[in-house]
Amino acid sequence: MDQFAVKVFVRLRPSVLDPAGEATKSASIKLGAEGIKSLRIGKMIELKIEGNDENQVREKIDLLCSRLFANTVIEDYEYSLEKL
Amino acid sequence: MDNFTVGVVVFPGSNCDRDVSWALEGCLDIRTKYLWHESSDLNDVDAIVLPGGFSYGDYLRCGAIARFSPLINALDDFVKSGKRVLGICNGFQILTESGFLPGALTSNKNLNFICDDVELDIVSSKGGWFDNKNEKQTIKLPIAHGEGRYHCDSDTLKKLVDNELIALRYKSNPNGSSFDIAGITNEQGNVLGLMPHPERACDEVIGGTDGLFTLKSLIMK
Repeated sequence: MDQFAVKVFVRLRPSVLDPAGEATKSASIKLGAEGIKSLRIGKMIELKIEGNDENQVREKIDLLCSRLFANTVIEDYEYSLEKL
Repeated sequence: MDNFTVGVVVFPGSNCDRDVSWALEGCLDIRTKYLWHESSDLNDVDAIVLPGGFSYGDYLRCGAIARFSPLINALDDFVKSGKRVLGICNGFQILTESGFLPGALTSNKNLNFICDDVELDIVSSKGGWFDNKNEKQTIKLPIAHGEGRYHCDSDTLKKLVDNELIALRYKSNPNGSSFDIAGITNEQGNVLGLMPHPERACDEVIGGTDGLFTLKSLIMK
């Protein structure tokens, strides 16, 4: 049984307003960081998963992402997978 | 109706379940029964309310984890049989996360938790939820949410408009919702999700009774 390390990145779709990102951008500017044109906040989920076959593992990750980790009405996801 | 019973769902983190029960029993004389979210037995309730609150602490996303409870899984047959389901605030979020209603609810545009009374236009009486006899077209209900901004893509919005699924619109949009949407129904009209709290507008001593009709609608066939 192989083990895989997975990193999932969930972010708001480009068409969805990100008020938390806007607020953080304002705070960044107050900190003196100049030149920030845009700032958006997503989330990162890390997991380790066992599986015999990379394709099967990818199917599981896609299921988790599309049905739980991201709400695909407002969020996109992508992930990286690395065999340990 | 003597035996008609409304199930009020309780999740870890629900906090408006008692309000709903109080409003239904105390103001409308409608029997209620609390339903713990781990139950999938809906046989002895005739309508269901998903109350407001912070189910599972709003972890991951509001309503994201509650949608996997046994009760929500059992809701599909309940809805298909034509029985009524009302989702209020967090209940609305759960209905969108579980796919009973389209779209999604996300953080308010100004990031503030909004606690206010808002004026709402009744846009559609699909399902009879707002088909009041007084022909009152504007009602006032309390809102209390931090993630009440309704969002959907333009195709979904077109479907909502074309099929008259938008039940309520804010007169003065407090949170940035698409098309000022405050409440929508499913196509059959027996599922309503809304961000305002009708259960907090059932008695004049707490500010108004514009929520009574919607709650009373639960006993319609």
